[in-house]
Amino acid sequence: MSTAIAELQESPAESRVNYLNATYGIKSWLLTLDHKRIGLLYLGSITLMFFVGGMAAVLMRLHLTEPQGALFEPETYNKLFSTHGIIMVFFFLVPSIPATLGNFLIPLMIGARDVAFPRLNLMSWYIFITGAALALYATLSGGVDTGWTFYPPYSAAFSHTNVVAVALGVFVAGFSSILTGLNFIVTIHKMRAPGMTWFRLPLFIWALYATSLIFVLGTPVIAITLFLLGMERILHVGIFDPAVGGDPLLFQHLFWFYSHPAVYIMILPGMGVVSELITAFSRKKIFGYAFVAFSSLSIAIISFIVWGHHMFVTGQSIYAGLVFSVLSFLVAIPSAVKVFNWTATLYKGSISYEAPMLYALGFIGLFTIGGLTGLFLAALATDVHLNGTYFIVAHFHYVMVGGAVMAYMGGLHFWWPKITGRLYPDMWARIAAAIIFIGFNLTFFPQFVLGYLGMPRRYAIYPSEFQVLNVMSSAGASILGIGYVIPLIYLIWSMRYGKPAPPNPWGAKGLEWTIPSPPPTENFETIPVVTEDAYNYASGAH
Amino acid sequence: MSELAHGAHPQGFAHQFEDMDQQRDAGRLGMWVFLVTEILFFGGMFTAYTIYRALHLPAFVQGSHQLIVKFGATNTAVLIFSSLTMALAIRSAQTGRKKGTIIFWLILTWLLGAAFIGIKLRFEWYRDYLEGLIPGVQWFYNGPHAPGVKMFMCFYFFMTGLHAIHMVVGLGILTVLVIMTARNKFSAEYYQPLEISGLYWHFVDIVWIFLFPLLYLIGGRY
Amino acid sequence: MSDQGQQGGEHAVSGHVVPISTYLTVFILLMIGTGVTTWVAYIDLGRWNTVVALTIAVCKMILVVLFFMHVKYATGLTRVVILAGFFWLAIMITLSCADELTRTWEIVPQSWLQQTNMIIPMISRLF
Repeated sequence: MSTAIAELQESPAESRVNYLNATYGIKSWLLTLDHKRIGLLYLGSITLMFFVGGMAAVLMRLHLTEPQGALFEPETYNKLFSTHGIIMVFFFLVPSIPATLGNFLIPLMIGARDVAFPRLNLMSWYIFITGAALALYATLSGGVDTGWTFYPPYSAAFSHTNVVAVALGVFVAGFSSILTGLNFIVTIHKMRAPGMTWFRLPLFIWALYATSLIFVLGTPVIAITLFLLGMERILHVGIFDPAVGGDPLLFQHLFWFYSHPAVYIMILPGMGVVSELITAFSRKKIFGYAFVAFSSLSIAIISFIVWGHHMFVTGQSIYAGLVFSVLSFLVAIPSAVKVFNWTATLYKGSISYEAPMLYALGFIGLFTIGGLTGLFLAALATDVHLNGTYFIVAHFHYVMVGGAVMAYMGGLHFWWPKITGRLYPDMWARIAAAIIFIGFNLTFFPQFVLGYLGMPRRYAIYPSEFQVLNVMSSAGASILGIGYVIPLIYLIWSMRYGKPAPPNPWGAKGLEWTIPSPPPTENFETIPVVTEDAYNYASGAH
Repeated sequence: MSELAHGAHPQGFAHQFEDMDQQRDAGRLGMWVFLVTEILFFGGMFTAYTIYRALHLPAFVQGSHQLIVKFGATNTAVLIFSSLTMALAIRSAQTGRKKGTIIFWLILTWLLGAAFIGIKLRFEWYRDYLEGLIPGVQWFYNGPHAPGVKMFMCFYFFMTGLHAIHMVVGLGILTVLVIMTARNKFSAEYYQPLEISGLYWHFVDIVWIFLFPLLYLIGGRY
Repeated sequence: MSDQGQQGGEHAVSGHVVPISTYLTVFILLMIGTGVTTWVAYIDLGRWNTVVALTIAVCKMILVVLFFMHVKYATGLTRVVILAGFFWLAIMITLSCADELTRTWEIVPQSWLQQTNMIIPMISRLF
């Protein structure tokens, strides 16, 4: 970090010109080229999508309190789980950390004035909300019941729902991801400040770089796959129809070629956030920086050669099953490296338990459980038993919600003072974090048991002996829901009534903490010259 | 990297960058990354094509024989020629030629691209429509291997159709470049949009270089 | 600025200038390649027809990439990006084929040698 940091006046946010108040009016927001404002535009959009997808989940869990289904016809239930999956995966999780925190922070962390292509950045947001609007419209005007995986032949020939409209929404939103990934790759390669070598970058940047590789390499394939599905559905041409020589599994190969790496799109940025949180709240340099950096790249690369583990029981050849099973075990290794390194960072650190740290610690535990259960599923033999059951549902919610969403919440809280120039009430934040943790485990741990006992997923009814565990899960879901609403309230409250934030409320290392909260539009008065490694906390206890 | 004095901006300079070198590097890398996404985009269909060709080779041979080689070959030559003219357009800008020269090469490229589309539409797709070879739209082929031939023709139309869409976008880009050149936006120091558009155009040419043998020449014509 | 000489090119302010003669040579080679591909299609070489056609196509692509797209004069990063694109396409095709073309295998290979012996006829089905 530059040794000469100008004296920063700790004047209240309102009286100093920053990116929020530099220009006024709706046009200045809708036509902005400032990466920080674009990050906020995304924040608003994906928060909306999160609560829409969450509503679907609430309805599902309410319905599942009764073995014969409490609320809906099976056809409606099918639409609910499909909507929940599609919205949460494509319109919340995939963009979440990259488009909000990534857009806001990448130029700040590398010492740049903006991303490489600001107009492309704004266009990405417009493309995203177009896709989201399409998907929402299709959902509200009848929905889809194919599951978020759109498997033919059902989706191509038999479903009477709005498959093409939703697929089009996802197709369009995919281009938003591609452009964001492209922007990030070029920005990180070409716009680092003088002295900011690759190995001085914050690990959040490494994680987002790896994520961007997946965006760029994987997303085009789902685009073309949904295009082929749409053609099949509209023209009835039999690309995936066995009766005329097609293969439904070809769809699955092309679909999962993207969708498996997509799950790493969802978790890698979260891992990047956790690396930042663990170091900041242990006030200690990360253990094994290079290992953590390379593990992000390894996860991104290996994620592309394991997709067949989603197809062990759908008709894939045994040979391919063997190959994919072996490769799937590989991908656990870099994830484990990260968990070990975070733990070693905590050891003998000067730990404090503010809300962001609570989320980070929760991530480590819950991601570990989710990741380990993934290994059960990578083994062909156990997967035969567990596939299609609630075990899978629990596994991916542990990594996606217990992992990615917790990391997102932690990052949001950590950088909130920087983004808004306001402090939120930490007591409420810690209470919410605890409620989320308890609610989450109560929702999803019973589902591991349910799955192991054989309860199938995506079914609107179930045998009555599973009711107790289902009710437990639904109770947990209500607690989890409350847990998410509380931050919505105090974070919005803080934007107007929160205490003004100093430039570095956490005493953390990183270029973003050297500028005012909120930052000026041009980020840095002069581009800093970097002379130190990342996380250069004083060694030893404080 | 030097900070530029405020007000003394090189032509075409964008303020998020520190200097023109960084901007040039970023622009080139950005276009190459975009072309990689296009490789994967077309690649999904190439994958599906490869698998179905392996599983249904006789049907694909039969389907391929429904296409007319001379039009495919002519179009290949047309596109290669257009890549040459595009490269020469960029070179004229690089070497500080008058804008008339640049516009000449750009318009020639445009005409060749339009010729490609014209040949496709008039001699290939219109003929396919008349002969009932368009799956889902007008299909009355009942020769050997009919289901497999239908599958092949699907891939033919999807792959060449997607390629044609990219060509049309390319024509649009060329039009914008002609206008920009006419308005003196380019010079020997700044011709980056031309260079980057050239990369896109050559990529579209390369896709066709593969589509020609893969679609028109399956199993040979002997 | 004047026309370039036959050997090498001068450097413009912002990039390497390729001589016109190079462009013309590449153009002629590409046209010859197209001609040969078409001509060979009318000769019976069995499964080698496709091999010849694709080999020529790859050579044409390399010429366009190196000279028209200036990759011969580009940075290492550019080459890595291009290679990554093709490598990822290869992953998609190879692993998909690993399933699609092995559905009828009644035994699973016990060794690398046995696997290779089973894969070769499978790949030859592509031609």
